[in-house]
Amino acid sequence: MSDDTPLWQRMATAGAMMIQGTPQARALGMRVIAITEARAVVEVDWREDLVGDPETGVIASGVVTTLLDNTCGVAAFAALSEPMSTATLDLRIDYMRPAKKGATIRAEAHCYRMTKTVAFVRAFAFDGQDETDPVAAAQAAFMMGTSGRMGQNRRPPK
Amino acid sequence: MSDTSATPVRVNLGELSAMFEAVPYAKFLGVQFELKGDELTAILPFKDDLIGNPMLPALHGGVVGALMELTAVAEIFLAQGGKKIPKVIDISIDYLRSGRPVDTYARAHVTKLGRRIANVRVEAWQFDRADPIAALHGHFLLKSDEGEA
Repeated sequence: MSDDTPLWQRMATAGAMMIQGTPQARALGMRVIAITEARAVVEVDWREDLVGDPETGVIASGVVTTLLDNTCGVAAFAALSEPMSTATLDLRIDYMRPAKKGATIRAEAHCYRMTKTVAFVRAFAFDGQDETDPVAAAQAAFMMGTSGRMGQNRRPPK
Repeated sequence: MSDTSATPVRVNLGELSAMFEAVPYAKFLGVQFELKGDELTAILPFKDDLIGNPMLPALHGGVVGALMELTAVAEIFLAQGGKKIPKVIDISIDYLRSGRPVDTYARAHVTKLGRRIANVRVEAWQFDRADPIAALHGHFLLKSDEGEA
């Protein structure tokens, strides 16, 4: 692929790699379904060890939180022309209803606004095909172009 | 109307641990709890699986959020004297520092324990409690022991 290929297209080609390179995403079994310009769709399957309510067998809200955070991050990245380091500023999640037991959770995120420093992202999580019945909604902001250096977190903060 | 003059039922660490022992996701993360007097601390021992950014490396933001959410649930469980697990309605997380690849701690404060809703604030830290890595505030739906499905 030539150098002027948009970043999101390069990401779409490397979709599986984006999950493989993130240990927690891999541990949850996340799958990138689609990456398009400023948008991402990522899924996670229901699993016995991810249950949050043993009485109902419903998947833990923490799994939905991690899936939404991750999908929002990928969407923000897919809105860039060149890769840069990012950091989550804040994440707000509304949990509308419990997900159905055994259902795959699909998160769809859209980075609807990118300024020089901040990416604004909206996302919904679904447990079925009905787009009018999400299980959760998220609003996130990411700082772009942070000064993250490789291995900097191996030392405690000053 | 509930009897407000009743002595609150104290929950011990055993009961709390037993409740979380039954939650597979709490085990998946590896969250532990420590109770000293009425002060509850959640501890998330570091493991490689929790990483979200392998370059820095940094804990996954979702993991830090999930830790604080579980801490809130445990604190409500204590404040209620051990009833059913409350359900999260909404959470808002501020990320203050990237989580380093070390153990993380969290403590929660129930700002208001209403009849149906609890308002909770949580902070998570690693090296210095006064320098938190993240903060959460959220609303939780209380489930009574009887009634409500």
